[in-house]
Amino acid sequence: MALHSLDIARFSWRALSGYPARTLLMLLAMAIGVGSVVVLTALGEGARGYVTGEFASLGTNLVIVFPGRSETGGVNPGAMFNETPRDLTIDDALSLTRSARVRRVAPLNVGSVTVSRGPRSRDVVMLGSTAEMLEIRRWEVRQGNFLPTMDIDRPMPVAVIGSKIRDELFGPERALGEWLRVGDRRFRVIGIMGSEGRSIGVDVEESIIIPVAAAQQLLNTQSLFRILVEARSHEDIAYVRQFAENTIQARHQGEKDVTVVTQDAVLSTFDDILGALTLAVTGIAAVSLAVAGILIMNVMLVAVSERTAEIGLLKALGATPGQIQLLIVAEASLLSILGALIGLALGLAGAMGIRSALPDLPAFAPSWVILLVLFTALITGLLFSLLPARNAAALEPVSALARR
Amino acid sequence: MRELATTAMIELSHIDRHFQVGDQLVKALDDVSLHIDRGEYISIMGPSGSGKSTLLNLLGLLDQPTAGTYFLDEVDVTSLDDGQQAHLRNKAIGFVFQMFHLVPRLTAAENVELPLVLAGVPVEERKRLIEPSLEALGIAERAHHKPDQLSGGQRQRVAIARATVMQPGVLLADEPTGNLDHKSGEDVIAILEGLVDQGITLIMVTHDMDMGRRATRQLRMMDGRLDQDLRTSNHGPS
Ligand SMILES: Nc1ncnc2c1ncn2[C@@H]1O[C@H](COP(=O)(O)OP(=O)(O)O)[C@@H](O)[C@H]1O
Ligand SMILES: [Mg+2]
Repeated sequence: MALHSLDIARFSWRALSGYPARTLLMLLAMAIGVGSVVVLTALGEGARGYVTGEFASLGTNLVIVFPGRSETGGVNPGAMFNETPRDLTIDDALSLTRSARVRRVAPLNVGSVTVSRGPRSRDVVMLGSTAEMLEIRRWEVRQGNFLPTMDIDRPMPVAVIGSKIRDELFGPERALGEWLRVGDRRFRVIGIMGSEGRSIGVDVEESIIIPVAAAQQLLNTQSLFRILVEARSHEDIAYVRQFAENTIQARHQGEKDVTVVTQDAVLSTFDDILGALTLAVTGIAAVSLAVAGILIMNVMLVAVSERTAEIGLLKALGATPGQIQLLIVAEASLLSILGALIGLALGLAGAMGIRSALPDLPAFAPSWVILLVLFTALITGLLFSLLPARNAAALEPVSALARR
Repeated sequence: MRELATTAMIELSHIDRHFQVGDQLVKALDDVSLHIDRGEYISIMGPSGSGKSTLLNLLGLLDQPTAGTYFLDEVDVTSLDDGQQAHLRNKAIGFVFQMFHLVPRLTAAENVELPLVLAGVPVEERKRLIEPSLEALGIAERAHHKPDQLSGGQRQRVAIARATVMQPGVLLADEPTGNLDHKSGEDVIAILEGLVDQGITLIMVTHDMDMGRRATRQLRMMDGRLDQDLRTSNHGPS
């Protein structure tokens, strides 16, 4: 005797809709479990995607040199923001160009300065660098030119300004070729940056870029904040990293007083950290799924004892133990699948909400999570209904019928 | 008598059904032997607690004997497994209860449909079977009502429709009029007797002497034993 699957579904549905309060409660438990898994993984993945994207926008095949030695010798993101024990100099930067595997080198200084034109002024982030910077960072100039190629130690008074600064200082007037004041010096505007150059820590739209030697004069320093080195290819990254470390060490009387990181390493460190975070968060959410499963088991146990007379009747009408088990398991599975689908919808809506609130965060739940969570919900429903189903199937028809 | 055994529908030999209640042994059925032919109309009477329901449950495979053998249609049913017994309950036996036992969230038609669903009968054929069944019992226009929208008599008629929709050979009824007023009870008995006329074997437990006497064979039970077995030639109102 084989039950038709449509009949099973219909019977389960009637059983569930016959007890609306309990059914809604169960759906809610399952939906919260599934929804939180989806939202939390979307959040974790979003954070990871955000950080990865930011680093990728730094440019590819990048090796970054900064002063200070990280204790572990490995990648320590904190070390990037440490104080400077020994200066990195322009000559250090120049020395790094002496390898065929190095495509470009760009020194970098960063400071905060006041720029003004006539009565208008504002504080901006000032970047001091060279013509190489444009290619290394994959920036684009909207209007005019980037810094010209010239001797690295020449403090030529030219500036490339971000489009926002242009708007604020010049308004509708022409900015290219005009002069503006940076600190106590005058610079001629030779280029305007577009908005696409956005990367970690620096918003190019609100920065001005001047030759590194001029920046050092303004900041009254001999040192550099960073040296960015671009390897010729991906395969050259490891070599260039070693080369940079050795070269600077040789120049600094054998002191290993700089940290050289590859963008790859930084990226994969962040990737690892945030990946672990996503997993942890998924684990926590999975616990709520298990709780939902146990709830479902209890509800089905109650359902079985509440419906003992009905199960007895079905037996009297000729239901086999297998059919009774099938009906109970189907009911629990229907419950958990419905709950999971509602949870999935809520979770996806939640992720969408996060994306619209934080447009920079690509908060998408990975598809493997969605599949896993649906699968888990199904398994939970099946697993936790087996015990109640076995109890129901084992009932003697006569004693089951006698109970009301 | 031996050759008659092959035409017997039901053959009970030395059936015991004992219950252990605390340290007391209750002999609900005590060495019951019974031979029932196809198409008989049997009433079972007796005082409360004399074992009538226990006997009927046993005949309906809702309960197992402690000892003895039970042949139904020449099959030793006590040796069958749960699945095979379920199969027999579905196909060969109809059961009508005093409390109706309808599923409250299902309509009359859906209640009648249950045995067909369990048997895996295709949907179109179910319709073909249910409609005339409800029609014959005068509840066709109540097909889509839930049990709580039906009177007691109507509920019992739905229950009879459900018990007979698989066209079983034997119909067991445990005080089918016990929860009905006199008029509805009369109607239900008339319906059951109509089924007997169509060849079904009816075994009915009743408290009502008048109703019991309408059967062509009247069994009396006392303390778990068959105490009297009376045959009359014809059934009908006396
Ligand atoms: N499940 C059971 N457990 C213990 N005793 C039972 C059980 N079922 C029936 N009995 C006992 O068996 C005897 C017969 O019961 P029953 O067949 O219901 O009587 P009747 O239907 O004739 O009133 C009674 O004494 C009853 O108490
Ligand atoms: Mg009784």
